[in-house]
Amino acid sequence: MVNTRRKFAAVGVVAAAALMLSACAGSSSGGSTSAAPSTSGGGSTAATVACGSTPVQIADNPWVGYEADVAVVDYVLRTKLNCQTKISKVAEQVSWEGFGSGQIDVILENWGHQDLAKKYITDQKKAVDLGSAGNNGVIGWFVPKWMADKYPDITDWNNLNKHADLFKTAESGGKGQLLDGDPSYVTNDEALVKNLNLNYAVKYAGSEAGLITALKNATEKSTPLLMYFYTPQWALAKYPVAQVKLPAYTPGCDADPKKVACDYPPYPLNKVARADWVTAGGPAVNFIKNFSWTNDDQNSVAAAIQGGATDDAAAKAWVDANQAKVDAWLAG
Amino acid sequence: MSSPTATPSQTTEPAVSVRNLWKVFGPKAETIPGSAHAELSPAELKADTGCVAAVRDVSFDVAPGEVFVVMGLSGSGKSTLVRCITRLIEPTAGDVFVDGDNLSAADEKKLRELRRNRFSMVFQHFGLLPHRRVLDNVAYGLEVRGDGKASRLARAQEVVELVGLSGFENSFPDQLSGGMQQRVGLARALAGDPDIMFFDEPFSALDPLIRRGMQDEVLRLHHEVGKTMVFITHDLSEALRLGDRIAIMRNGRIVQLGRPDELVGAPADDYVADFTRDIPRSHVLTMRWIMRDVKPGEPLDGPELSPDLVIRESIAPITSSSAPARIVKDGQLLGLVDRDDLLAVIAGSAQG
Amino acid sequence: MTAVTADAPSAPPAPPAPAGAAPRRFGMKWQLLAWFVSWIVLWLLLNGKFPLEAGTPPFVQDALQNFASNLGLVSWTQPIINVLNGLYNAGVWVTKQLGWTGMIGLGSALALLVAGWRMALLTALGMLSFGVLGLWDESMQTLVLIAISVLLSLLIGIPLGIACGLSDRFNRIMMPILDTLQIMPSLAYLGFIALFFLIGPPSGIVATIIYAIPPTIRLTSVGIREVSEASVEASRSLGATGWQVLRDVQLPMSRRTRVVGINQTVMAALSMITIAALVAAPGLGQSVLGALEILNIGAAFNSGLALVIMAIVLDRVISAASTRSAAGQRSKKETWTNRAVAAVLIAVGALLPAIAPKTATWNQAWSHPITDPVNTATDSLNNVLYPITTAFTEWITVWLINPLESLFTGTPWFIVIAAFAVLALILGRVRTAMTAILCLAGCVVIALWPDTMVTLTQVVLAAALTLILGLLIGVWIGRSKRADRVWRPILDAGQVLPPFVYLVPCLTLFGSTRLTAIIAAVIYAAPAVIKIVGEGISTVPSDTIEASRSVGANSWQEIFKVQVPMARPIILVALNQGIIYVMAMVVIGGLVGGGGLGYEVVKGFSQERDVGVGLAAGIAIVLLGVMLDRISQSAGRVRRTSSDVG
Repeated sequence: MVNTRRKFAAVGVVAAAALMLSACAGSSSGGSTSAAPSTSGGGSTAATVACGSTPVQIADNPWVGYEADVAVVDYVLRTKLNCQTKISKVAEQVSWEGFGSGQIDVILENWGHQDLAKKYITDQKKAVDLGSAGNNGVIGWFVPKWMADKYPDITDWNNLNKHADLFKTAESGGKGQLLDGDPSYVTNDEALVKNLNLNYAVKYAGSEAGLITALKNATEKSTPLLMYFYTPQWALAKYPVAQVKLPAYTPGCDADPKKVACDYPPYPLNKVARADWVTAGGPAVNFIKNFSWTNDDQNSVAAAIQGGATDDAAAKAWVDANQAKVDAWLAG
Repeated sequence: MSSPTATPSQTTEPAVSVRNLWKVFGPKAETIPGSAHAELSPAELKADTGCVAAVRDVSFDVAPGEVFVVMGLSGSGKSTLVRCITRLIEPTAGDVFVDGDNLSAADEKKLRELRRNRFSMVFQHFGLLPHRRVLDNVAYGLEVRGDGKASRLARAQEVVELVGLSGFENSFPDQLSGGMQQRVGLARALAGDPDIMFFDEPFSALDPLIRRGMQDEVLRLHHEVGKTMVFITHDLSEALRLGDRIAIMRNGRIVQLGRPDELVGAPADDYVADFTRDIPRSHVLTMRWIMRDVKPGEPLDGPELSPDLVIRESIAPITSSSAPARIVKDGQLLGLVDRDDLLAVIAGSAQG
Repeated sequence: MTAVTADAPSAPPAPPAPAGAAPRRFGMKWQLLAWFVSWIVLWLLLNGKFPLEAGTPPFVQDALQNFASNLGLVSWTQPIINVLNGLYNAGVWVTKQLGWTGMIGLGSALALLVAGWRMALLTALGMLSFGVLGLWDESMQTLVLIAISVLLSLLIGIPLGIACGLSDRFNRIMMPILDTLQIMPSLAYLGFIALFFLIGPPSGIVATIIYAIPPTIRLTSVGIREVSEASVEASRSLGATGWQVLRDVQLPMSRRTRVVGINQTVMAALSMITIAALVAAPGLGQSVLGALEILNIGAAFNSGLALVIMAIVLDRVISAASTRSAAGQRSKKETWTNRAVAAVLIAVGALLPAIAPKTATWNQAWSHPITDPVNTATDSLNNVLYPITTAFTEWITVWLINPLESLFTGTPWFIVIAAFAVLALILGRVRTAMTAILCLAGCVVIALWPDTMVTLTQVVLAAALTLILGLLIGVWIGRSKRADRVWRPILDAGQVLPPFVYLVPCLTLFGSTRLTAIIAAVIYAAPAVIKIVGEGISTVPSDTIEASRSVGANSWQEIFKVQVPMARPIILVALNQGIIYVMAMVVIGGLVGGGGLGYEVVKGFSQERDVGVGLAAGIAIVLLGVMLDRISQSAGRVRRTSSDVG
């Protein structure tokens, strides 16, 4: 029954959104910022402003943390700013290509990607950096929490060779296995293993699903696992981990990919937007510029989505509980 | 190995005239005819040039209204020959004239025009269109040449009745027996009212009994519609039954061309003799072949017979008379045949 | 090149074999044994020498990378993009206007017209199940994408196929292109398609067409070539023009074969839907990927099931349409009844929302996705199987995968090339050997040798396992009608279930390992191989089997002395197809721990700076695929001729 009611609610929300969309499309857009006649009863406290007739095109990269960003931004754009939105589920590189073609206006959670940033921001000037998303990305080596409890010294890279036998698999040829390989992210792990003289072999899982499944099994079945991973990530809420300390990062220590012997840099996750879209301005641009939240904020929405809530339901719950933050995004 | 000269009995213009026709398969085929290679045996030619000569320097004429049979074993080139005549295969060299038109020089358009109106062909494996009804199959040639629907269906209906397919107009080919299917093929070839019909081993895929019925059918049609027919077969008895004249092919050449009785009575070489050995001579040879000169003192009051009478038909008149039969043509006595002569032939062919 | 001379003389030991089939086959066995032993010996002597990892400069990869990074945005594709978007939007608009009742009415009406009332019923039930699974909108989006992709494939493919059928020269040009299109992993070029056709439906449609068009072209061509020469000749003898022969004879008489090609195109298009979702093509592919993102196996299966149902309905309807067509057109009366019923179905379906507004939209309360039950079931299954599968993985990896991989990666590259050339010579002809040398040398030139060998190991093992499975189950279903009835739906589902759906369960049970990659490939390839083997076994003439029974053979002897040997040509076809299917899974293998070329392709798709490597790896996969295809094909040819002699 509860399930059914929620689905009815979802249909209701969709229907209301559709109504608002048609209202939005009906209103004229001359670049004026005057308030549009508010026909919707969204219960919003902020002033409803015209958003232009073209939808805001948001890239939706394939991980749940990002989806949480999209859920909230999309919800706010539609209910508070009366905007249309168009969400494209695409991989990161394809989203950057969207800046070139005009199909993507904004990426909400960008993990570094210096090569793409150079091509589209510096060289082609198709995109601009819209500042921090508030989240801090961490890339590094992790073990399941039970291992850190059982072998407290394991979280220091200096002790990894001592424990190499624990991580030995048929795949790693007599050495310890370091499970790597969501191909979307930069990895220096082979160089690290070599330059830190670790008795380990890098095994490429090939997908995030492979990494998370391994973490799930390692947690539930208490099997040893040393893996390359990153946070924020919804799976970490479900399967707790401990990070292994590598030699500290200093700027420039990763300049030569072959000689890297230090930790990954911190990734302040940022927003990137299409240059022309930003130039055109409007309330949506201001909102995205202001948008910023913590890893905890994101994880709570991500966990709700992962637990089966619709994006809109998860977003509404968070927005209702964090009205102040939302108001700050919409101000100025 | 010289080609026997082909002299049609009539003196009118031939319906089909084939002159020095060649078909060579293989690299640089066009250089073979007329060169020194042309005289090589098939094995030598293959070894020397990699070419196979399927038709070698074939010439003959077919008189209007004649049934002309080309006979040979498989691989003798007879099917290639008929396709070269109709240009379903392009000949390597030589000319074909149909009613005086040079077919070998005709362009695509002229060729199509000739195929649509002047001659047609019946195939060994029927070549019917399985997705069309019998009536539409028969009308297909008319459709191709652009006849209106009503007129072509009416004509097809006529032909269907002519070949004895009434009642099967709306059947599909796969619902018919092999013999019936070939009647459809026959009807299709007749529908365009061509002057000349080519038959490429039309009955060899059929059971013997049905084959005989179909041969009778062709004879009947020939009698009724009087088309010129060129008939390809590997079956000597079929050739002898149908043919006014027969050309025997071997290794691409015509080794002998003549009336049935000429082939049996005077085989040109051992090959033809071997072929015709099993044929009961009394069924083929005529009085001409066994008559002898008048011996002094013989009675000349026996029955008068034509020199073209087949021996088999002469048994009754000759045996019922004590005097030898007189072979007479145009009032002129050519020779005599008596019981002993007759018996000698029948006994001889029985031994052979 | 010394290796070639060192290896070659030992290969043909040439026992003085008298003429005849049996001794010759015996000879080939010895040749293969000698080949294998010489390779092992050379490996033991030279293991690890002449490594290629750092040896070759990756100038091909660099060139590809440069080419890719300098590709600006292209403008000439804009009209195409507009047309494709327009088509897609129009299609979705139609499905929305008709609503679920109208669409089911339309679908079953079409099925009724082309394939009869049984198929109409199947279609109605199948479409209803999209709603029941809670995936109506997604299913309709997918259906629209499939319809557009298939229609365009036919529009382009049939004329090309006709040209291939009529011209030998054109056919010779097209065939290698088609091979490449079918083997080249779509991930290797998906990024470029998105660059040309932008994200969304247009790129999805273009990627789908590229992958799905080859069967239509191939089978249209084969169909035209198969048309009875007698009918073509008869038509020409009546004075038909080339166009009349094509229209009246060649096209109608090749219809059956062409429909088989269309069917395969539809199936291929469906299998691309998940991949197309990576460039934002909407529909069920998105649901599968979304479920994968949060490791929701149940949700992935739920969407996968909708795809399977769609595939099976389309397959059955199209197959029935092709067999019914001849009979159908003969009965005018039935046609008219069906037309009337079809009209009623469409009218009722489309008008129902107007009469009863409540039926206009699908009521979510009627939906019962299988998500939760599947999740529960897989969880408990996982708990039971995990210890077994872990031990199994360990065992297979240590005793099978590792040894073979070290043979391939440890042997110096030129000896591996020589070995495959000699194998090709034993099984085939000089030409086959030349192909093998060129293909492998290509992998050296593009500087991906170690990856190629890792992939080759997995492909060889997966193909071998597939064949074993194919023989076991294939013989079973070939001999027993009942087994066939039980297995057939499972095999059909296995063939059309998107691999993404079973990746997570495989990962859970077998981890991110090379075995998982092999298992995924076997799951994907086995159904087709089993079907082909079963077909081969069941077509062994019954009088041969009766003859064998009459001399008192038991079932075992009957299988191994009669049925398998007589079905050998078809079994070799099955092996060949198995290899092609396994090759198609190399990239998927890269996603689950297979490493090798597959991982490089995935990386190339994911990261701008690896685009060159990804493309190069895609090319290496094509080279490997072509080599294995030609060698296995030539094996089929040789055996066949020797059995002819015997």
